[in-house]
Amino acid sequence: MSLLIKGGRVIDPAGGIDAPADILIEGGQIIGVGTDLPAAKEELPAQGLVVVPGFIDLHVHLREPGYEYKETIASGTRAAARGGFTSVVCMPNTNPPVDNKAVVEFILAEGARNGAVRVYPIGAITKGRRGEELTEMADLAAAGVVAFSDDGNTIMNAVVMRRALEYGKMLDLPLSVHCEDVNLAGQGLMNEGRTSTLLGLPGQTRAAENVIIARDVELARLTGGRVHFAHVSTKEGVELVRRAKKLGLRVSAEATPHHLTLTDELVATYDPNTKVSPPLRTREDVEALRAGLLDGTIDCVATDHAPHSRDDKEVEYSHAAWGMVGLETAWPVIYTHLVLTGCLSLIQAIDLFTRKPAELFNLPGGRIAAGQPADLVLFDPKKNQRVTEELLVGKSKNSPFIGQELQGWPVYTIVGGQARWVDEIGR
Amino acid sequence: MSWTRKHLLGLQDLSRDEIQLILDTAEPCKEIFTRPIKKLPTLRGRVMVNLFYEPSTRTRTSFELAGKWMSVDVINISTNLSSVAKGESLKDTAKTIEALGADFVVIRHYAAGSAKLLAETVQVSVINAGDGAHEHPTQALLDLFTIRDKKGSIEGLHVAIVGDILHSRVARSNIWGLTKMGAKVTVIGPPTLIPQEIEQMGAEVSYDLDEVIPHVDVINMLRIQKERQVAGLFPSLREYSVLYGLNRRRLDQARDDVLVIHPGPTNLGVEITSEVAEDPRASIDEQVTNGVAVRMAVLYLLSGGKDIP
Repeated sequence: MSLLIKGGRVIDPAGGIDAPADILIEGGQIIGVGTDLPAAKEELPAQGLVVVPGFIDLHVHLREPGYEYKETIASGTRAAARGGFTSVVCMPNTNPPVDNKAVVEFILAEGARNGAVRVYPIGAITKGRRGEELTEMADLAAAGVVAFSDDGNTIMNAVVMRRALEYGKMLDLPLSVHCEDVNLAGQGLMNEGRTSTLLGLPGQTRAAENVIIARDVELARLTGGRVHFAHVSTKEGVELVRRAKKLGLRVSAEATPHHLTLTDELVATYDPNTKVSPPLRTREDVEALRAGLLDGTIDCVATDHAPHSRDDKEVEYSHAAWGMVGLETAWPVIYTHLVLTGCLSLIQAIDLFTRKPAELFNLPGGRIAAGQPADLVLFDPKKNQRVTEELLVGKSKNSPFIGQELQGWPVYTIVGGQARWVDEIGR
Repeated sequence: MSWTRKHLLGLQDLSRDEIQLILDTAEPCKEIFTRPIKKLPTLRGRVMVNLFYEPSTRTRTSFELAGKWMSVDVINISTNLSSVAKGESLKDTAKTIEALGADFVVIRHYAAGSAKLLAETVQVSVINAGDGAHEHPTQALLDLFTIRDKKGSIEGLHVAIVGDILHSRVARSNIWGLTKMGAKVTVIGPPTLIPQEIEQMGAEVSYDLDEVIPHVDVINMLRIQKERQVAGLFPSLREYSVLYGLNRRRLDQARDDVLVIHPGPTNLGVEITSEVAEDPRASIDEQVTNGVAVRMAVLYLLSGGKDIP
């Protein structure tokens, strides 16, 4: 089975390519990139489309095993393919959590069986994600985890975090950390500031995030371990990571499409779909995150795709579950709000979704070259659509972007040479 | 000026004219207190449900009486005795109340935004009787009514709101209402009980009651909850009382015609001494009477009525 993608604009930040070209695929691999490639059994016309490496998301929640009513590996990866992602890295806050080899093996098997895209699990740092005893990290690594994280449970005992970073060094896998001092965060439901005061909602101070980033920068300095800061949301956090990088520490950071484009003023609607951890911050923070993307302090965009059912969300703000979905809309959000506005160049934006995340977690893909897996996405830079529930293809619809007009939608997602998302008639 | 709103969710959304209309409508309602037969047929056949997720005596009774004097049939639902205790969600409860044919739902809930959620869920008129630390519009309206009654006008007055501003829906609604009516507001309390950027609502901030007290026309004392001390927001009720309690010595520093109000229930000896609560300058009991009048006015306006007979 061979496929020729013909007539598109190929952009590959890893290879420095931005040119009209065809791509020949055979046996799930890219065989050639150029203008006079031999004919193939099948041809995919790509005039007017941009052909880029399949997107890679270092932070999603697929909810399986345990919370299949919110999302499954099958439904979450379908949402990924719809958003142009060909690889997703899933968090271990399942039930049971990913703190033993058996759960890793289940996720990998289910991903291979029913996943629309490639699935890479993250293993828990501590047993039961309780922040006390380390998991069998070497066993988890041997089973195939690509990083470690206790996800939403910040390890509050700094000694446990130190040991994890030290022990993890022999495996050379990063620790992805959610930074939230639970005492400072308290009962806070949104960013503490003007809007929380107006709404009478308990505020969560930005210091709750900042002190843990500062602590873990120091622990990275002490141990030489690899820390990946998940969903950085504050300007102070960006500055702490920037300084740590200048010192040559092994730290990296991601930012989400929602923290890059939305502010806490949106919470004034009391719409539970605006409730997310860390919370939406201020315009100043949004600007600092964007500056962080530009100077490389923030390494990549990750969605923190966090599906929740209607029943978990259509309740009082204080009772609503934390999190929002993001896989389907991530690229159009960044394209519309950061590329079309001139904040990022197109090639920079693509880099944040492809080469950089691949390098951070040492994943296959993220580039277009002969011998690479044929993971590609074709997006239509002109395609404009309003986000609706119907347009979100995962199980849950908890998106704050519903109603927004976005541009640049993925129309064709290819994983290992197979079409996994096709938008409309053949397009 | 005519009334067009279906719900009363907060004072943030109301215009000065709308607030004025409620206060003006409450005047004849208050006059009913002096009548031997205190019942008007105005809203006969209407149904009001008091849906209370938090304990309340004053507000619930006040709404109940306001309803009864307007000939509304009143049903009280308190959540510890209802199917809410069996895990029913607010949305489900609301749908049930709507299906029972209610015309008004009065909601008191510990979560900010609940009244808005309810208003978006049902076709019934929703009156917010306090949602978390967000708003308590009828309390602020009765405070405004009391101030206007005692002072003639609200415009140009300086009002101190003293106590736990952080957790207070009464403070927020009062700041909106007072500033819209042209008063100057200073909120006073320990820094741990003053929310971030409260100045953005149009209030000034002070940590020193003694410094402010000689300059104000009205002192609104808020109830301090003992749980806040347990949560570590201040070291002891004793120290709180020393710094922010209203006692005889402090009251003597105030103007002779100062008005003292308190939403109740009071912690006597903590934020206010009984001596001050009983002083002629304090109108705490009259606030309760005014509360019924203001709530009658609100029910009347929300049901689109024309004249108070």
